[in-house]
Amino acid sequence: MKAVAPGRPPGADGPGSPAPGPGAEAAEPEFAPASDLPAAPAGPAAADRATESGRSVPTSGPQSRPGAISRARVGRAIIVATALLVIAVIAGVAIGPAQVPLGAVADAVLIHLPWHPVVSVSAIDAAIIWQIRLPRVVLGALVGAMLAGGGAAYQGVFRNPLADPYLLGVAAGAGLGATTVIISGASPALLPPAAFIGAIGAVALTYSLGAGAGRRGNEASQGAGPRTTAGTASILLAGVAVAALLTAGQTYLQQSHAQSLQSIYGWILGGLSGADWSQVQLIIPYVLVSAVALLAHRRLLDVLRVGETEAGSLGVNVARLRLIVVIAATLGAAAAVAVSGLIGFVGIIVPHAIRLTAGPSYRVVLPVSMIGGAAFLVLADIAARTVQAPAEVPIGVITAAVGAPFFLFVLRSRRTSGDVA
Amino acid sequence: MISTADLRVTFGTAVALDSVSLSVAAGEWVGLIGPNGAGKTTLLRALAGMVRSKGTVWLGGRTSGGLTHRQLARLIAYVPQQPQLPPEMTGGDYVLLGRTPHIGYFQVESEADRRICANLLDRMALSHMAGRPLRTMSGGEAQRLVLARALAQEAPILLLDEPTSALDLGRRVDALELVDELRLEHSLTVLSAIHDLTLAGQFADRLVLLANGRVAASGEPAAVLRDDLLSTHFGAGVEVLMTDGGELAVISRRPSRDRLAGQPADHPTG
Repeated sequence: MKAVAPGRPPGADGPGSPAPGPGAEAAEPEFAPASDLPAAPAGPAAADRATESGRSVPTSGPQSRPGAISRARVGRAIIVATALLVIAVIAGVAIGPAQVPLGAVADAVLIHLPWHPVVSVSAIDAAIIWQIRLPRVVLGALVGAMLAGGGAAYQGVFRNPLADPYLLGVAAGAGLGATTVIISGASPALLPPAAFIGAIGAVALTYSLGAGAGRRGNEASQGAGPRTTAGTASILLAGVAVAALLTAGQTYLQQSHAQSLQSIYGWILGGLSGADWSQVQLIIPYVLVSAVALLAHRRLLDVLRVGETEAGSLGVNVARLRLIVVIAATLGAAAAVAVSGLIGFVGIIVPHAIRLTAGPSYRVVLPVSMIGGAAFLVLADIAARTVQAPAEVPIGVITAAVGAPFFLFVLRSRRTSGDVA
Repeated sequence: MISTADLRVTFGTAVALDSVSLSVAAGEWVGLIGPNGAGKTTLLRALAGMVRSKGTVWLGGRTSGGLTHRQLARLIAYVPQQPQLPPEMTGGDYVLLGRTPHIGYFQVESEADRRICANLLDRMALSHMAGRPLRTMSGGEAQRLVLARALAQEAPILLLDEPTSALDLGRRVDALELVDELRLEHSLTVLSAIHDLTLAGQFADRLVLLANGRVAASGEPAAVLRDDLLSTHFGAGVEVLMTDGGELAVISRRPSRDRLAGQPADHPTG
C-alpha cells in the first residue's frame, strides 16, 4: 500500500488560541461578588415567549436567545407561587377558632408597623392575631420553605428524585436529641437546640463516613482522582446506616421511658402548636443563611443536571459544590425540625410538584419550592387546627393526606417523562 | 499544544495507560485509534483531568497539575462518548452550560454569554432548538448541540470521544466535516478517539494507535493504517485497501465466508 493521503494537508492552520490563556483567568477572582438577580431584564424575545403556554412545546423563532424562555418562566412561576403564599398567609391569620372580623385582623397587624395610622383594636383581638396566629403562620412559612427548598437542593445535588431533607439523618438525629431532652426532664426550652445539634451531628457523621468510603472505593476500583467525586451512592448509603443507628438509639430511649411516650410521640409527629415569636427569632438566622446559600447555587445545580463527570469537565468542583449545598440545606432543615418536629412529605412532594408544573430547572425549582413550600405548610396548618377544632390534627397527617393525592394527580397528568432530579 | 510524558493511569491493579508520551501541535487534528479497551477514553479523560494520572501533561506550555477545574475547563473542552442530555432542558440552556467556566461562582449568564451561544446555535443550524427540550432532538441535532456546548467553553483544545458512534455513515462524515471546519474557524487543537479507521485516516492529520494502554504506532495515517499493524491489534482479517482516488479504506475480511458459502443458505443448521 502506498502512503497517499489525498485532500487534506496536515496542520493547515496556525497555532492561534481563541480563548484567554490561563494567565488571564488567574487574576480573576473565583468568587465574584453576588450580583445575580434572577429576573434580569428580559429581552423582547422573552416577552414574546411569556405569552405562550408553559405546557406546550414552545416553537421559538430563530431570534430567541438561549435562556430567554427559561427566564420568563422563572418570573411567571415566582409570581404565581408568591400570590399563593400571600393568600395562604391572609387565610392563616384570618381563620381560627375565635371569630375576629377581617377589619380587626388588619388593624391588629397594622398597629405593629412603623408609622401606622391611628386605629383602635381590642386587646384580645390584638393578642390573638399578633401573639398566636401570626407567629404560627410565619413559623409555618419558614419551616415549609426550608423543608421544600432543602428537599429540592438535596434532590439536585444527589441527582436522586427520592432525596428529601431527612435523607442524611436529619430526622433521626433530631429525634434522638429531642428524645434525650424529653426523658431527662430538662426544660422544654432545650428541645430546639438539642434537636438542631442532633440533626447537624447526624449529617456530619453521615457525610464524613460516606465521603471517606467513596474516596477509598474509587481509588481501589476506578482510579478516580481529586478531580472526580467520591460517590454520592456511598454518602446516601451512609445516611441510611446512620439514620438506622440513631433511630435505634432513639427508640430504645423512648421505650425505656414509657411515661414520656406521649410527649416524645407528639414531638415526632410534628406541629406548629407551640409557635411564638421567640421560635421565629431562633431559626430566622439559619433560614436566611440557608435560603441565600441555596439560591446562590441554583445555576450550578442546573449544570449538575448533565451528571457529575460532565459538570466537572465544565469547570465545576463537584465535591465542593455538594458539600456547600448539603451544609446549607441541612442548616435550614435542622432549624425547621428543631421548632416543628418531623413534618414529612413537604420536602419531597413540593419540589416535584414544582418540577412537573414549571419545569426542572433549579432556577425555577429552588425559589418556587421555597415559596410554594411556605404556602403549602401554612395551608396545611390551617387544616390541621380547624378540621377537628378545638383539637389539632397532626400536621404531618395533613401534609401526607392532602399532599400525596395531589402529587399523584400531578404525576399522572404530566405530559413528559424523565428528568426528575 | 498538548503533550504528555510517561503518562500512567492505573485502576486498582489494572494498568489502563502505561508510559504514554505523545504530543499534538497547535491546530492539529490527531486521531486516537485502537481496539476496545486500548485506553483511548482513559487517555482523553486523563488529559481532561477526570481520572488521576501519573506523569506529566503539558497544555499550552503549562503543566496541568496545578490547574483548577475552571482553568482546565477554559483550556479543554471534552465531549464524552455518551453525553447526558437532560430531556427537559432546552437546547439554548444546554449550550449555555458551556459558558460555566467563564461565569463567576455566584453569577449568572451575561448577555454576552447568551450572544455567544446564540451565534453558536446559528452556526450549527440549531437556532430552532433554542427553546425546545432536548428530548425532541434527533441524534444528529444532539451531536451538533453537544459540539456547540463544547465550543461555548472557548477552549483552544477539543477532546472528542467517539464523536460519531451514534450516527449513520452520512451523518458521520457530516459531523467530522463540521469538526474540521470548526477547527479551522476557531483555531482548535483536536484530539479525538475514532472507531471507524477509514474515517480516522480521512480526517485526522496524524493517528496514534493505542494497544493495551501503550502507544503502538503513531504518524501520518498512511504510516499507521498498515495491514501488519492493524491485523496485529485488531485481528487477522483487517486489510487496508486503496481506492482509485488514492484514499485508504480499512475493511475486515470474514474468515468463515468460504466455509459458509458451501452450505445451503436457507437451511440453517442446528
